[in-house]
Amino acid sequence: MSLLEIKNLHVSVVGKEILKGVDLTINAGEVHAIMGPNGTGKSTLSNVIAGREGYEVTQGSVTFDGKDVFAMAADERARAGIFLAFQYPVEIPGVTTSAFLKTAINAKRRAEGKTEIDAMEFLKLVKAKTKALGMADDMIKRMLNVGFSGGEKKRAEVLQMTLLEPKLAILDETDSGLDIDALKIVSEGVNALRAPTRGFLVITHYQRLLDYIVPDFVHVLAGGKVVASGGKELAKELEATGYAKYQGAAA
Amino acid sequence: MATRETAAAVKDIEQYKYGFVTDIESDRAPKGLSEDIVRFISAKKDEPEWMLEWRLKAYRYWLTLAHEEPTWAKLHYPKIDYQDAYYYAAPKQQIKLDSLDEVDPKLLETYKKLGIPIKEQQILAGVAVDAVFDSVSVATTYKKKLREMGVIFSPISEAVKTHPELVQKYLGSVVPYTDNFFAALNCAVFTDGSFVYIPKGLRCPMELSTYFRINEKNTGQFERTLIIADEGAYVSYLEGCTAPQRDENQLHAAVVELITLDNAEIKYSTVQNWYPGDAQGKGGIYNFVTKRAACRGKNSKVMWTQVETGSAITWKYPSCILQGDGSSGEFYSVAITNNYQQADTGTKMIHLGKNTRSKIISKGISAGHANNTYRGLVRVGAKADDARNYTQCDSLLIGSTCGAHTVPYIETHNPTAQTEHEATTSKISEDQLFYCLQRGMTKEEAVSLIVNGFCREVLQTLPMEFAVEAQKLVGISLEGSVG
Repeated sequence: MSLLEIKNLHVSVVGKEILKGVDLTINAGEVHAIMGPNGTGKSTLSNVIAGREGYEVTQGSVTFDGKDVFAMAADERARAGIFLAFQYPVEIPGVTTSAFLKTAINAKRRAEGKTEIDAMEFLKLVKAKTKALGMADDMIKRMLNVGFSGGEKKRAEVLQMTLLEPKLAILDETDSGLDIDALKIVSEGVNALRAPTRGFLVITHYQRLLDYIVPDFVHVLAGGKVVASGGKELAKELEATGYAKYQGAAA
Repeated sequence: MATRETAAAVKDIEQYKYGFVTDIESDRAPKGLSEDIVRFISAKKDEPEWMLEWRLKAYRYWLTLAHEEPTWAKLHYPKIDYQDAYYYAAPKQQIKLDSLDEVDPKLLETYKKLGIPIKEQQILAGVAVDAVFDSVSVATTYKKKLREMGVIFSPISEAVKTHPELVQKYLGSVVPYTDNFFAALNCAVFTDGSFVYIPKGLRCPMELSTYFRINEKNTGQFERTLIIADEGAYVSYLEGCTAPQRDENQLHAAVVELITLDNAEIKYSTVQNWYPGDAQGKGGIYNFVTKRAACRGKNSKVMWTQVETGSAITWKYPSCILQGDGSSGEFYSVAITNNYQQADTGTKMIHLGKNTRSKIISKGISAGHANNTYRGLVRVGAKADDARNYTQCDSLLIGSTCGAHTVPYIETHNPTAQTEHEATTSKISEDQLFYCLQRGMTKEEAVSLIVNGFCREVLQTLPMEFAVEAQKLVGISLEGSVG
């Protein structure tokens, strides 16, 4: 059974069709990259999988671990193991990163029938992970994403991913707003999570990220469809030739 | 026993003198309000003559107000029939107790159900608890230890007898019986409450705490609390309220007076969680409270913190009269209204002394069909040179059928005054909600987290043992507010 199976997915936003029949299969242990020009539905795809409101699925199906994703609420999908690293992580004033992480971890533990995490255990765990991501110790005391730099926000996303250990991690333009050093650190964090039991869907506009997070498969999304699929060399090719020919093909 | 005998004697005299017919041994005064009832309460409390006289003056003043409660607040409720309520109800047990061990186990069990483990609190937190069950103080603890330090912490009904000079000097000196409709009513019929006196120079080493609870059906609650911090003294006082579900509306009109002398400080924290009525707006407590502090001494300080999550109607403006030069007042408030709850709450900061400071941080949260109003007054008197105020009012709306209103008044009569007012109104954003959901939190957890963040500035002023409870309450009181 595939981890994620998308079949003939059609999605509209306020009456306008954005995705026009997307097919994609991700197995555990695989890293898939989706590339494509701006405004082609990359973020729509990630939001629909994660269960954000405001998207109308008009046709097709998405299954996760064999289960119909559309029959689950957004929080259920998250607890089942779907994680979305946001392109623009949201600021939550007054809520410390620490409190947020703890609430999220406990939500997952509860779903697994476990007891809440012990305060000392939590601190120890978080400290080890923040260090690995090159984050300052006091970062978890700061309000979530409030006043964080672009790099700090993305690191915080990877920290959450690391702590929540999802089965499927979707990275939505994680490279945007990152300088080269931050990109390396974030990529290392992601690579450390690569495992035979885990799948990745890496959405990016630029090939650059894929130098650090090397994908098994690359897909080109253009005009609301997957118009080309291949190995990591496809990304290099795109870097050289651009998206022009696919945009033409889709239209 | 002495109390009972005296009460009985009073009854005899009163019956003769005033045609007083109410059975003094009954646990409950008959319905309605009259001079008779006022005398009954006073007799029940075995009060000295001056106390009764004061009550009667208040009652007669209240009568002149012709049953017209103030109407300026943004609150809507059916007219209250003051003759259709009971004004005195005592728990069955009335024998004086030396320790909690002697308390009726059934009462203790009720506290436990409410999540108020008095014993555990005594042992674990070292909190002295004066528990008010309905209208009579059942147990007063840590009294001896406090008394050794010169602290007086007792039911006010007791203080009237044991420390009449203090009570006579300060009772009604901040909130006189002519202050307002509900204060007048309270003065006439208050049944009990706490009295605290902190002697000169003492920093009270424990948080003083009172739990109020309304139990008897149809019984209005009229607590009266008086706290005096003498020169250089400090005390932190906690007031927490819970009540079981019920259908009838219940009237509550408490008065709290705080007095700080030179360099003294009082920190007064409240968590109010009375029955708010059901999801259709049926039932719930009517809460009309007058809380005021007089910062009489120079450089004295009062800090009010309130977390208001309960009651169908909340009418409450904990205020500070900044008389002493250099005195300061702070007001931190979280008011949460859900379903059909209505809250009209805020503060008054009256600057009279020189170099006085005040700070107001108000967080109002509305959900369902609720209405939440911040109403505040900052007044700088002509002699209050260099007075300063900072006010911040933030409103958070959940859903599109609730209301948030801000009514700030600023009056300055001194050109050196500096006042600042900041206000925001916002909604919980879809982005924030989705972000939390995507991390596996339920909608209710997400709302609780976001709202707790919104209230953080206020919640963090609460003492530790209250802060945890308050954070949970924030979540509980907003349950069902997001579809």
